[in-house]
Amino acid sequence: MIEYVNVTKKYGENIGVEDVSIKIEKGEFVFLVGPSGSGKSTFVKLLLKLLEADNGHIYFNGYDVTKLSNREIPNHRRSMGIVFQDFSLLPKKTVFENVAFAMEILRKPRRVIRRQVPQMLDLVGISSEAKKYPTEISIGEQQRVAVARAIVNNPSVLIADEPTGNLDPETGWEIMRLLEQINKRGTTVLMVTHSSEIVNAMNKRVIAIRDGRLVRDENEGSYHPEDDGNTKDDKGLFTI
Amino acid sequence: MNTRVITALRQALRQIGRNLTMTMTSLFSITAILLILGFFFIIIVNINFMTQGIRDSFDTVQVNLLETTTQEQAQTMIADLKKQSNVASVVYQTKDDALAHWKEQWGDQADILDRLPSNPLPNSIIVTVKNIEKVDKIVTYAEAMPGVEKITYSKDTVNKLIRITNIIQIVALVLIIFLLFISIIVVSNTIKLTVMARGREIMIMKYVGATNWYIRGPFLFEGIILGLLGALISGVLVLVIYHLIVSKYGVNVVMIMSSGLISESTMLENLTAIFAALGISIGACGSIISMRRFLDT
Repeated sequence: MIEYVNVTKKYGENIGVEDVSIKIEKGEFVFLVGPSGSGKSTFVKLLLKLLEADNGHIYFNGYDVTKLSNREIPNHRRSMGIVFQDFSLLPKKTVFENVAFAMEILRKPRRVIRRQVPQMLDLVGISSEAKKYPTEISIGEQQRVAVARAIVNNPSVLIADEPTGNLDPETGWEIMRLLEQINKRGTTVLMVTHSSEIVNAMNKRVIAIRDGRLVRDENEGSYHPEDDGNTKDDKGLFTI
Repeated sequence: MNTRVITALRQALRQIGRNLTMTMTSLFSITAILLILGFFFIIIVNINFMTQGIRDSFDTVQVNLLETTTQEQAQTMIADLKKQSNVASVVYQTKDDALAHWKEQWGDQADILDRLPSNPLPNSIIVTVKNIEKVDKIVTYAEAMPGVEKITYSKDTVNKLIRITNIIQIVALVLIIFLLFISIIVVSNTIKLTVMARGREIMIMKYVGATNWYIRGPFLFEGIILGLLGALISGVLVLVIYHLIVSKYGVNVVMIMSSGLISESTMLENLTAIFAALGISIGACGSIISMRRFLDT
């Protein structure tokens, strides 16, 4: 369902990703790991078409993402759910509105929105906070809102970019359990992370990137940052 | 109205309510600019009205007839002149009528005219033209007619007036366009501040797959609503002040200029429509311009 074929993206002299080919099947749970600046972020941004590939093709659900016109981009992004490290909630909207807005852009009727949003909030366990603003709830709860927003439209793929990066371990695990639960419902999950603890405990497919190149792709893999030369935390992939 | 429009409108109202500082800033700048434009508009429209009035009083051509021209010949000429384009009306003025008219104008001193041994004025045809700027054509035509002695009309005065009116109109137009230009820049800058404060929000919306129009919609409505509000406030202020001016100085102006200020009701009608249109377009242009940068990617 997601396939990269010889994808290259450079920023002038600097390499984003180079000659990456990979295939992710429907229903998989995949960790994308690697040190800072290794190209994880570029990898994901190319899929969302926030960046244009220099070379190669990216197929998603049968179409070539690199060939999408500007008009088609919004629809493409809607078919994926995205969870950011910094939650990226709209600060002036309530919890309910933040989730509802993802449905509004799909022009779902209000009736459907009013029914479905509470269900989602219930699923992620924050239905009691519906009327609060993001600043009024804990960061763990904020990330739950972000997850609810990402899955409310039933996307076939959920992309989570360092979803536990800003959370304490316990809250991080709660989010992981949530992602696993979503994966069990049939949603493909692609999670970018640098947390070896999580990767090693989850026992899922691991794709490791370094210097823009694919260095490892193992089912039931693990991640040992020392091996990949990672020393510091990876943050702000989606810094705006 | 479809649901998308309603959603955008609801968002806009919510945005306005939740960003009161920005709302007030935008509203203030739109109001200030429309206020300036409004006063400018009042001045220009009145100057135009006055020159128009003066010009209109020079819209006649007097065709003096020879002593020998008979009444019948004159009637043929009148019929002929009536067929010309640009002619509003043609009347025959006998020498007695002309003298009576003259006496009337002289008023108290009219008895001097009584001492004339005979009426020195000729019979004439008075042609009223529709457009004084094209008077020359009628004059040339009338001159070629038999039985015409001479033609009098205030050519120089009319030409001068035409020139002055044209200059005033051009200057007014340039200034109004200039002011509009400034106002769109000011408003778009104010809205740009709003948009920048919400740059992150816009990016998030884009990431989640919102179309450009979905993002733009609420801002567009916000601009339009603010524009209309600004138009309302400044419109009321301008009209109130105009009312004060008319009631205080209107009479003096009539005495000096021989034509009064434009009536308040006419001003109200024109200003309402113009301000509403200006407010909407300033607001809409301002928000679209200020968002362009954020939606390009």
